[in-house]
Amino acid sequence: MSQIPVLIPTILLLTALIALLVGLKNARAGHAVSLLGMVIALLLSLGGLRALLMGGGEPLRYAMGNWLPPIGIEFVLDHLAAYMTVLISFLGMLVLVFAPRAMARETPGREGLAWPAMVLLVAGLNGMCLTGDVFNLYVFLEIAALSAYALLAIGDRAAPVASLRYLLVGAVAGGFYLIGVAFLYFSTGTLNMADLHARLPELIENRAILSGAVFIILGLAIKMALFPFHFWLPDVYTKAPSAVVGIVAPVMTKVSAYAIIRLFLDVFPPGFFTDILPMASTIGWMSAGGILFGSILAVSQQDYRRMLAYSSVGQVAYVGIGIGMANPVGMIGGLLHILNHALMKACLFLVGGAIRYRTGRTQIPDFAGLGKTMPWTMAAFVVGALAMVGIPPTAGFFSKWYLLLGALEAGNLWWFGVIMISSLLTAIYFFRVVETLYRDPAPDAAQVEGGVGGGEAPASMLIPILILGGGILVAGLMNVVIVNALLQRVVAPMAG
Amino acid sequence: MNAILAHAPLLAILVSAIAALAIVFTGERNRNLREGWTLLAAFSKFGLIAAMTPGVLAGRRYEIQLLELAPGIELALRADPAGLLFALSASFLWILTSFYAIGYMRGAEEKKQTRFFAMLAVCLSATVGIALSANLLTFVLFYEILSVATYPLVIHKGTEKAYRIGRQYLTYAITAGVALVAGIAVVYQLAGTLDFQGGGFLSASMNHSALVAAFLLFFVGFGVKAGVMPLQSWLPNAMIAPTPVSALLHAVAVVKAGVFGFVRLVGFVFGPEVTREIGMAGVLAGAAGITILLASFIAMTKDDLKARLAYSTVGHLSYIVLGVALLTPTAMLGGAYHMVTHAAMKITLFFCAGALYVHMHYTKVSELDGIGRRMPLTMTAFAIGALGLAGIPGTGGFLSKWFIAQGAVEADQLLFLGILLLSGLLNAAYLFPIVIRAFFRRSPEHTHMSEASWFMVGPILVTASLAVLLGVRPDALFQFFSVASEAVRTVTLGGTP
Repeated sequence: MSQIPVLIPTILLLTALIALLVGLKNARAGHAVSLLGMVIALLLSLGGLRALLMGGGEPLRYAMGNWLPPIGIEFVLDHLAAYMTVLISFLGMLVLVFAPRAMARETPGREGLAWPAMVLLVAGLNGMCLTGDVFNLYVFLEIAALSAYALLAIGDRAAPVASLRYLLVGAVAGGFYLIGVAFLYFSTGTLNMADLHARLPELIENRAILSGAVFIILGLAIKMALFPFHFWLPDVYTKAPSAVVGIVAPVMTKVSAYAIIRLFLDVFPPGFFTDILPMASTIGWMSAGGILFGSILAVSQQDYRRMLAYSSVGQVAYVGIGIGMANPVGMIGGLLHILNHALMKACLFLVGGAIRYRTGRTQIPDFAGLGKTMPWTMAAFVVGALAMVGIPPTAGFFSKWYLLLGALEAGNLWWFGVIMISSLLTAIYFFRVVETLYRDPAPDAAQVEGGVGGGEAPASMLIPILILGGGILVAGLMNVVIVNALLQRVVAPMAG
Repeated sequence: MNAILAHAPLLAILVSAIAALAIVFTGERNRNLREGWTLLAAFSKFGLIAAMTPGVLAGRRYEIQLLELAPGIELALRADPAGLLFALSASFLWILTSFYAIGYMRGAEEKKQTRFFAMLAVCLSATVGIALSANLLTFVLFYEILSVATYPLVIHKGTEKAYRIGRQYLTYAITAGVALVAGIAVVYQLAGTLDFQGGGFLSASMNHSALVAAFLLFFVGFGVKAGVMPLQSWLPNAMIAPTPVSALLHAVAVVKAGVFGFVRLVGFVFGPEVTREIGMAGVLAGAAGITILLASFIAMTKDDLKARLAYSTVGHLSYIVLGVALLTPTAMLGGAYHMVTHAAMKITLFFCAGALYVHMHYTKVSELDGIGRRMPLTMTAFAIGALGLAGIPGTGGFLSKWFIAQGAVEADQLLFLGILLLSGLLNAAYLFPIVIRAFFRRSPEHTHMSEASWFMVGPILVTASLAVLLGVRPDALFQFFSVASEAVRTVTLGGTP
């Protein structure tokens, strides 16, 4: 038994509480506490990863209160969970470093509450990935969702409306998930994932199980913003503060995707979602639609954040299409895209935040000349943009490579074509921005209100951006290491 | 020394990438130092590549495996004869272009010179990477870098027109890249490997329609850069870039990367046998033949000098593609050698066009009456390049075309022999009038001799001499011809190239 799996969310929950108490008096101190908690969480995640790899790949397990499953709640740090928590904790920490200046600029006076909410969000997301219990996953899902609603409601004047809509949609989605879990519980008498995995094979023809599975996947698909359930997303991402969207956009939808993958691989028996209940191909086709729809709408956006939001609709669908392929190499592509896209989107949203901080600008046509005034930030942007298009050796290329192979393996040439076309569309909307950045600004361009100074982003913003830009390259060149050490093991249930 | 040589393929790629960083950090503050980095990188890159030539001709291969790009596929470099041929010509011409570009950019008082020299260096890294790639995934990595790195050079002027052309350029390049990656994925799915093999690693017994689909995807992927019709229209437009870019990238490095792709495709991926059996040799040769003729006709109609040269490039690239598509060793040799001879000849012509622009602000053919009196060295070099492209004996162009023609006869493809002969005449028809105007018409403006700066005239004279030398003593300089023959031998012999 290892403490690490449970320590990661617990420490973060505790941090959130302390940060709240401290932060009410002194927002700065609240931030310091939050950051400390995030660093500890990251170190624990890395420690867990190390212990997992050193220990021959045996998952780290922790039974809550020493109540052994199926009675108690179990936390499990296996390859998939380790992959997710390292990513979530890492991004959470970077964004928290980035956030103070952006928040102080965009939404002054709200920081005291923002920091604990951010920590709580990361705690919820980490918890979802670490829990070995389908009901407990719901609890963490709601923790993450509630803190996200609060965070997203800070921001522009329209932000509360967008957040409320997200809340309504999210509540419905959470409800669907919970109903599904109830169906599973009534039929199997357990909520533990490993137990479910053991008991479900006998019950796969059971109608309650089938309906339960449909409800669960439907709920998660809404949470994941899978086309056509993406409608809540663009407004939320556009109106929210830069720092908040910097953590919400990269990981929040992905963790729902994680939950689907977890159910596919480790809860329901192999072949369940392909042969008995064809949810895999349904998700695949929805994703194919989402890739096209998101990319096409992104092309026509003038608002940088809105463009990234539609781009996210398209990109999270890459994960979905990988799930849909239902073969190991496609699934690896989807899984790898969780990491790759998280790095890219975090980088790009933070770049948007830095631009807004320095110049007050959010509209792409106003970005002319930034290549000269913010050279480092824009260099990171270019790396992120190239990765989104899928230019090697950036990370984005490699997820597409696995996905192309997966589509061929699945014999689905439509999906193969969709992935190809999407690269072209992505190139159109990103190079449009690149072109603007390196143009000379129009001499009569009116100074937009609300910026601080101009010039390169301050260090606390620039360093996270550069780390993410570098990370995109490292993740690309190291993809085989990641695949061999972690993802091959994750998809092992599919191989046989 | 041996340690350097053992890592020469990697160093040859890195040296200009590092120079690009040095160029950026030096910037406008110290222009001479900045240009010093370019020259240093150009000389050392060529030195590294030339140093491998004797070994490669003696059968040695310089190989480096860096890391695993995707499961089972390494980021691997190998200096084989075919790659060496391309790397050798591109890096040698970069030296000359560097000098020329210094003269041109300063003479024309161009803006954003730091960006220009830095991106040019990156392009050369990518080009040599393409040449020395040992498998398709490594190839496409550098190929895509090249596409992206050329873009800032194309939009250099910063005008609306330049941006519009830049968008077209990228659309073509990214489409090509996507098609290429898709084609590679299909090949990997079929064969489970991507390592280049002499004579190819695919077999005709594989799924026929998948083979055809892959070939067509590759056709788009390479055809765009190689300017094979109907994928050529970006190339004449890209002439909006400063002339050194047109000369080195859009007559040598970038476009030859596409052509070189066809060499790898037919020689080392599908292999001549499979290419023939799936019926794609005819498609490729047909497209090349049509391109050769149409491009020549269009060239005749262009008054803009660079546009005329650009269409000439389109036509001549297809000579090489045709040489490859005819599949006989002789034709392939002609094609491979034409990669070098056309590079020398066409870069000469572009250099001359740039000198005319910087020195006289001439861009149109109709402005050139009597210019031979004022700029005799430049225009003599131009005349040599023109003679070479038309395939007059005594120039490199004659030799390479001769081999392609002989290959066409061997392959019993007399139609293509006819196309080659006709196109020789057409070449003369669109190039000789320029020479005739320059030397045999009089203009009161041009009474005394006055050449552009030696930074420009020097390289012009060197490349013109090279164009002749390649015709009379094909092996005198860097053994280009032997390397080309060896490259063809690796295809016919089979095995690891």
